[in-house]
Amino acid sequence: MNGSYVLNLVVIAITSSLVSNVVLSQFLGLCPFLGVSKKVKTAAGMGGAVIFVITLSSLVAGVIYKFILTPLHVTYLKTIVFILIIAALVQFVELFLKKFVKPLYEALGVYLPLITTNCAVLGVAINNVNYGYDILTGVINGFATAAGFAVAIIILAGIREKMEYNDIPKPFRGMPIVLVTAGLMAIAFCGFAGLI
Amino acid sequence: MNVTGIIIAVAIVAAIGLFIGIFLGVAANVFKVEVDEREEKVLAVLPGNNCGGCGYPGCSGCAAAIVKGEAPVSACPVGGDPVAAKVGEIMGVKAEKAKRMVAFVKCQGDCEKTHDDYHYTGQKDCQMMAFVPNQGPKSCNSGCDGYGSCVKVCPFDAIHVVNGVALVDKEKCKACGKCIATCPRNLIELIPYDAPFAVACSSKSKGPQAMKECKVSCIACGMCAKNCPAQAITVENMHAHIDQEKCIGCGTCKEKCKRNSIVDLMK
Repeated sequence: MNGSYVLNLVVIAITSSLVSNVVLSQFLGLCPFLGVSKKVKTAAGMGGAVIFVITLSSLVAGVIYKFILTPLHVTYLKTIVFILIIAALVQFVELFLKKFVKPLYEALGVYLPLITTNCAVLGVAINNVNYGYDILTGVINGFATAAGFAVAIIILAGIREKMEYNDIPKPFRGMPIVLVTAGLMAIAFCGFAGLI
Repeated sequence: MNVTGIIIAVAIVAAIGLFIGIFLGVAANVFKVEVDEREEKVLAVLPGNNCGGCGYPGCSGCAAAIVKGEAPVSACPVGGDPVAAKVGEIMGVKAEKAKRMVAFVKCQGDCEKTHDDYHYTGQKDCQMMAFVPNQGPKSCNSGCDGYGSCVKVCPFDAIHVVNGVALVDKEKCKACGKCIATCPRNLIELIPYDAPFAVACSSKSKGPQAMKECKVSCIACGMCAKNCPAQAITVENMHAHIDQEKCIGCGTCKEKCKRNSIVDLMK
């Protein structure tokens, strides 16, 4: 493993966590981003679960792609196969955690099964393949993307908690002001483009 | 049309699906977690509101605690005796008769008995009152603001703001304790359903100031405490409080109170 490879990994990590943030610039995983960002505590739970699942699913999807789909020349099946794999993986992880790591299972709670069908998870797996990443790079990319998701959702939850006390004009109350906030956050995150 | 291609694709997806199905099926058996079957039965008889009044996270949490023996069979304050009896049947324990409790708002300073110091047009929310001048427009800084934080959290529609003061409907109240937790001034307490008397004031102001603030404020004169034959009344933080465990319901305190701060709950 040479220096430029490691440097490349760092650049990919920064890119996918901040510069092209998964929710704020790729618009993936918006449903949990808006749905479970009412309280910082639940947002952190969701962020943790997403980090956990995306990192694992990047690894498994990378292995399946390299050792099953590529040799059989059926890489065009990647979308449907990845969906199957991710859903099964989340189910399995849930069973496993329930039996052996009860505290983690209880901490992730309902969020683990919720993200089975999250498009961010599938998006990362497919991006890894499209960009031609090897398995290690894919896992790093997955972890960084999920960390970016966690950062974004926790920031939004923090803002929403403060917003509870604001006198918001009636037409903007509820979801509209949240979407406006998310839009402003996306603009703010554009500032990271100067990093690389 | 490449039929072989389609068949290969179908075969691969089917094979993966089959593999996943078998794998998950085996895994579900291998990693099976033994759940006490009593837990499900207990959960079935609990009310299922998931109000959290028992102190556990929802009804399933309460059921787990009951089965583990951490909580008594009467742990559910909402279900009361009928549920406790059913749970006791499942657990093989005889339920002790739980005393029915209800919430009580220790304030009766409504719009007639108090006045507003200024005209407030901001957000009508109890939690906001800590941030506005003089802790809210109401003349009394300790009493109910009447913006209904408790009304919003009550899962049983048992508390309402009547004429500027929160009032508990004793029949509907299930003593889940949500209003107690949300009231920023800690005005609500749990008292027995059959409690005869209670002090409906939480004023922290000294006598003369309290008199100016509200027509029915407790001025901490201590007449009730001195005359109580059961020594059930204590005066702390500038207002009296009745210990319902000791109260014998004689009514002496109400007679002695010149400020009408003590209310007859049996009326």
